[in-house]
Amino acid sequence: MTTKENVILEVKNLNVEFTTDDGIIHAVNNVSYTVERGKTLAIVGESGSGKSVSSLAIMGLLKGANSKVSGEVFFNGQELVGADPEEVRKLRGDEMAMIFQDPLSALHPYYTIGDQLAEAVLVHNDISEKEAVTKAAQMLTKVGIPSVEQRISEYPHQLSGGMRQRVMIAMALINGPELLIADEPTTALDVTVQAQILELLRELQKEFGTAIVLITHDLGVVADLADEVLVMYGGSAVEHAGVRELFYEPQMPYTWGLLASVPQISVKKEQLDPIPGSPPSLLNMPKGCVFEPRCAFKNQVANNACVDKFPDLLAVSENHEARCHLSESQRVAIRVDRKIGKV
Amino acid sequence: MILMLTLLSIVTFLLFNAVPTDPARLTCGKTCTPEIVAANRIRLGLDQPLLTQYLEWMKGIFVGRTYGSGTATFECSTPCLGYSFKNGEEVTTLIVNALPVTMYLALGAFTLWMVVGIFSGIVAAKHQGKWQDRTIMGVALVGYSLPVFFIGLLFLVFAIVRWNILPYPNYESPFDDPVAFFQTMLLPWVTLAILYSAYYTRLTRSQILETMGEDYIRTARAKGLPERVVFRKHAFRAGLTPIVTSAGLDLAGLLGGAVITEYIFSLPGLGRVAIGAVTDYDLPTITAAVLVAAVFVIIANLVVDILYAVVDPRVRLT
Repeated sequence: MTTKENVILEVKNLNVEFTTDDGIIHAVNNVSYTVERGKTLAIVGESGSGKSVSSLAIMGLLKGANSKVSGEVFFNGQELVGADPEEVRKLRGDEMAMIFQDPLSALHPYYTIGDQLAEAVLVHNDISEKEAVTKAAQMLTKVGIPSVEQRISEYPHQLSGGMRQRVMIAMALINGPELLIADEPTTALDVTVQAQILELLRELQKEFGTAIVLITHDLGVVADLADEVLVMYGGSAVEHAGVRELFYEPQMPYTWGLLASVPQISVKKEQLDPIPGSPPSLLNMPKGCVFEPRCAFKNQVANNACVDKFPDLLAVSENHEARCHLSESQRVAIRVDRKIGKV
Repeated sequence: MILMLTLLSIVTFLLFNAVPTDPARLTCGKTCTPEIVAANRIRLGLDQPLLTQYLEWMKGIFVGRTYGSGTATFECSTPCLGYSFKNGEEVTTLIVNALPVTMYLALGAFTLWMVVGIFSGIVAAKHQGKWQDRTIMGVALVGYSLPVFFIGLLFLVFAIVRWNILPYPNYESPFDDPVAFFQTMLLPWVTLAILYSAYYTRLTRSQILETMGEDYIRTARAKGLPERVVFRKHAFRAGLTPIVTSAGLDLAGLLGGAVITEYIFSLPGLGRVAIGAVTDYDLPTITAAVLVAAVFVIIANLVVDILYAVVDPRVRLT
């Protein structure tokens, strides 16, 4: 059970708005979650669901006058949204770190990987450059870079994609952060390399006890790594559950759609089942449920409730919340009918 | 590089021959008789086939050449770019005398505009959208829109003629009379620098803003680097590459002769030589001026390529 002490990150009613020429975009709406020390929370959703933006907001990396972050983020009990940016900067890269989707563009092309790692050490530690380089070399060895003595003075473009992501991971973990936000860490990589990187993350998590917020749209990765899952759609959290609960008893039609669109080796199907339609425009959100326009089951709800009212995030079981107007018996019936989850 | 230079020399040489006039006819003034023209034609080798002429010309550049034959010979030492009848001088001498003036002008203006342009570009980028940015970009737009001949003439009329802040331009070598040198060069430097600073301000600003949006800048911030380091070490360095390119080529262009500026401020530089040669139909001098300017551009290209490798490790051969 979650207690105050073992919570590393608590996000409460996080909102992110962008002011654009076309109007205000509500990229993240009232998202709340907690991450326990050493555990992994996966945030799942399509492009534009607000998963990356919410994590950038937590890190204090949403720059520019046109974005507005509100709500509360407690990191180790320290509130970050209203905090002095300088305080947040000191935490960044030290206590909380982030890795990104495309390691080639995320590494600076003009500096050697050794320089870039040592730089990360030197910002937060009062040690000599030589010690920092030694530490960089140790960390590179740890993430499985071969012949480090040679690689350390190479530039990102000289490494393979998997190597680069290993370098990013080394750079993020070099100061032993308590929280790592991994923004689609395997999306840009080959499938075989993906597995290696995930394995590496798992090992390092065990070793350092780092909590991970894993942003992904790959449910395979989620099943592999996550303890808890937050499903986001149109900037809102639509389902929040332990990883078993989510895969076995998904409650929300969008989650059903996500699960149905994953190819399964045991089931012979001619075609995958995609979710029809596309995510809502963030400029023009539906008035009721965000998923209503694409939902196949809205007709089963009386009084057009899906069009008029956005359902609340309600507890389904102890470790499971979802937003849906369908009654519990309706959901069970649909899941049995469509063979979704474990029935 | 060598190929480029060879092609270049051929083109400039053909330019010499493309002019719709008889080069030999231009060698003497009003008192010309057909006999003198014919004699000069032979003396200058203009009766030879084109290829022979070209080879002679090239030979002159590398080992010098002797015009004419018998008693009426004329020695033109290496590198011989031809003989200017209008000036009664070897073209090489003309160029060598004019070159330092143009170099001082170009280098001075270059330093000025690089400092001003990059500095104000950085300030504008740092304060994007705020009043500092708007002011700088506004001024830059004005500077960018004003032609050199307009700014130059304004300076000339007001600073020198009306208000007598500076003496009339009278070029002196900086080694003979540094004070007069600076007094003369100040306005031309500023005139040229205004135009180029405006351009470099815009370039620097847009480059920095572009790199600030790159993923690796986000990474640098995610590392917890202070904004100042992110800006200086990560954004500025990456934005530098196109600035280096532009700078090299612009400097080379100016070294070939800042024609208008030199003309307005009566500076005896390459631009003046070129203009004088054009108005006087002084073909060997025109050819030489074009060649020199083109050589500068080619050298600058090479230097820029080398600098690229210094700035961007991806360009380096491994």
